[in-house]
Amino acid sequence: MRPGSVLLAAVSGLIWGVTAMVVIGVTLTLVTGEVAMPQASAAGLAGILSALGFVWRQSSDSAGGIPARGFSAIILLLVLMVASFATPFGLPLGMAPVWQGLALILFVFSVTAANAICLSDARFGPMSRYEREVIYIRIAKGIGFVVFTIIVALPFYVMVMTSLKSQQALLANPLDLSIDFSKGLYGLFRSYVELFTQFNFGRYLMVSAFVSVSTVVLTLLFSVPGAYAVSRLRFPGQALLARSVLLIYMVPAIVLVIPLYAVFSQLGLRNTLTGLLIVYPATTIPVALYMLQGYFRGLPSELEEAGLMDGLTRIGVILKITLPLSLPALASVSLYVFMIAWNEFLFAFMFLDDPDIFTLSRGVVSLNSSEVPRQHLMAGAVIATVPVLGIFLWFERFLVQGLTAGSVKG
Amino acid sequence: MQRREMWLAYLMLAPTFAIILMIVAGPLLANFWISVKPVQLADLRPPSVLVNERVRGKPAAPGDAATLEYRLRNSSQDEEIRNVVLKDEVPDGFDVSTLPDVCSLDGKALTCSIGTVEPKWRERLKLEGTVSEVFLAAHRPERQSKPVVSGDANNILTNFDFTLENFSRIFSADEFWSVLRVTFYYTIFGTGGALVLGLFAAQLLNTAFVGRGFLRGLFLFPYVSPVIAVAFTWVVLFDPFSGTVNALLTKMGVVSDPINFFGQRAIEFSVFGINMEFPLALSTVIAFEAWRYFPLSFLFILARMQSINTDMYEAAEMDGATPLQQFWYLSLPQLMGILSVLFLLRFIWTFNKFDDIFLLTGGNAGTRTLTVDVYEQGFALSNLGAGAAVAVVVFVVLVTFATLFIRFSPKEEGL
Repeated sequence: MRPGSVLLAAVSGLIWGVTAMVVIGVTLTLVTGEVAMPQASAAGLAGILSALGFVWRQSSDSAGGIPARGFSAIILLLVLMVASFATPFGLPLGMAPVWQGLALILFVFSVTAANAICLSDARFGPMSRYEREVIYIRIAKGIGFVVFTIIVALPFYVMVMTSLKSQQALLANPLDLSIDFSKGLYGLFRSYVELFTQFNFGRYLMVSAFVSVSTVVLTLLFSVPGAYAVSRLRFPGQALLARSVLLIYMVPAIVLVIPLYAVFSQLGLRNTLTGLLIVYPATTIPVALYMLQGYFRGLPSELEEAGLMDGLTRIGVILKITLPLSLPALASVSLYVFMIAWNEFLFAFMFLDDPDIFTLSRGVVSLNSSEVPRQHLMAGAVIATVPVLGIFLWFERFLVQGLTAGSVKG
Repeated sequence: MQRREMWLAYLMLAPTFAIILMIVAGPLLANFWISVKPVQLADLRPPSVLVNERVRGKPAAPGDAATLEYRLRNSSQDEEIRNVVLKDEVPDGFDVSTLPDVCSLDGKALTCSIGTVEPKWRERLKLEGTVSEVFLAAHRPERQSKPVVSGDANNILTNFDFTLENFSRIFSADEFWSVLRVTFYYTIFGTGGALVLGLFAAQLLNTAFVGRGFLRGLFLFPYVSPVIAVAFTWVVLFDPFSGTVNALLTKMGVVSDPINFFGQRAIEFSVFGINMEFPLALSTVIAFEAWRYFPLSFLFILARMQSINTDMYEAAEMDGATPLQQFWYLSLPQLMGILSVLFLLRFIWTFNKFDDIFLLTGGNAGTRTLTVDVYEQGFALSNLGAGAAVAVVVFVVLVTFATLFIRFSPKEEGL
């Protein structure tokens, strides 16, 4: 027996017991709407004992008897029930029994599995520094997975679930994020129906799509020739230009807003989509040009020279050789520019006053008032998010390439 | 051939140049111009003469006398307008008998040269005459043609009035220095937080396992989603009255009263008898920044880590290096290049950030950064000149950063 080794198993048990209890307890609360009081200290104690039991069974020489996992699971359950006086989630067992049962099973299963994975080579005897560090890192990584998944997923979960609630339900119990089927599909998606019928969101969606797609087309029209020139043609100032493109997308939009607002107001371009379609490409062209020229440089120039030999013009070479070869890069750039234009907020907010030409971003801002209920705001957020997330998931490979290649505007 | 290639290159770059000059370089310079001018938001509508045309005298039968009246007004309270000329067409069936002195009639075309008018000037021009059948039959005959008034006025944006008042105003304001301090806190901790989170996330996903692709996609969500959606979600999530987080904390007995995460400037607490303040709203905003932008650094660090040669780790393993030692002595030095580039880039972009803070707190509760101050001065307080002056400060600080960035950026990363 080494104190360090015992401590290691206890730490693993404590951390997993407490973490699993808090996470599962909170999830139980959000799913059922009943306020659970996760018994973290009882769970911690149960975790410690079961982890110790696991290591003891695992390292004991006797091959027979109950396997280590089963043994530690039983200890876990027993200690938890005793230490929490049979209310592991602080709720009477009769309340939401199915969910509580599920949560309990999930708790026992996840703590046992986590301990078994983390402590798979652990023993009470002496362990090398290497072995101990491996176990600590397993614990840290495990916690990392749980924490990251929760902090990333929780806001999106709340966004979707809030949009499906009614005003009264939200005020009555902000913790109840379950899906309420009792009012039928219409009751469930009421916020969405109202946004599309009364708040003109169908139109905003069309405007956003139009603006984003036009921005992509305009950006490509400008940046493809520019990128080709920078990467393939020799001219004075080429190196300087390739460098300074990067500087342009460090210019903050807020610095451009006041002069553009002043000039566009006087030219009558403010509050028009034309105005937006001038500004958006201007902010995306440098990024697109930078990404494309990097890709064009990587293409073998022999192909283009062969094309020139065979009597193609430069334009012909670009259209028939360079562009077909760089389709993946074009896809990345297009998706990336689409994302920027779709998500853009500042200029849409400053320029657009007329609800007929609101983009989605601008439309969602107009929902942020005390007169509009929260679930409408969240439904608007969902409507703005779903298309761009859908595109992201569908074309993830291209978009990830785009994000890394462009080193991205922030 | 050389020359042709050069001209072709310039031709292909011309559209890009044109739009960038117009929309990026132009406004950058225009900022300096506006920042030394006393421009208010209302000045963007240039002074003009407003006109209203109506028929007086209620003519009932052909031959009745009537008056065509133009009411004119200078829209500006303090600017004169020069060379004011009114042009209109007299409606069909109206026979003009007397004209004001300043007006002349050529067929149906009426021209009145009014000359220079004072600020707050008001005037009525009356055309006496008789009406015929056609006039009476028409519905609102004076609406047949719209009177057009032209005139020259000082345009505050293009004249040569300069003032340093904008700068003296922003520098002498008490809050300016606190705005500057908040900006740096936000930038440094936001950048650092995003980098550290990204480094952790990259460590998690560096080894292959089932569901890794899924998690990588999920981890990118905060970055890919529209800022408007995630910012409002955070506001709803942390709302003191109906927010999930506060409900959880109070119901589970962690805190007794709901915490207003985005509305409370500071929490006071004492450690060993020393009273300290924790800037709550600013920290929440920084947490949002780190949350939203960690995916970017995560992506870059992961890409770099997967390109590190594994031989090195095998050798280290042989020599008995523990995992932490391997990370500290092998991985981290390899990642230093990308980390420093990411830090500098993100530092600049975080410094430039406006949307996030504006949507989360509106710059209240001690979260106003320089970029939010541009909006606050220029649009909330309607003082465009002062807003542009803050924008100039932003730009100057940024140029300093960019210079540092270019000087110290490691060349081999090739970003």
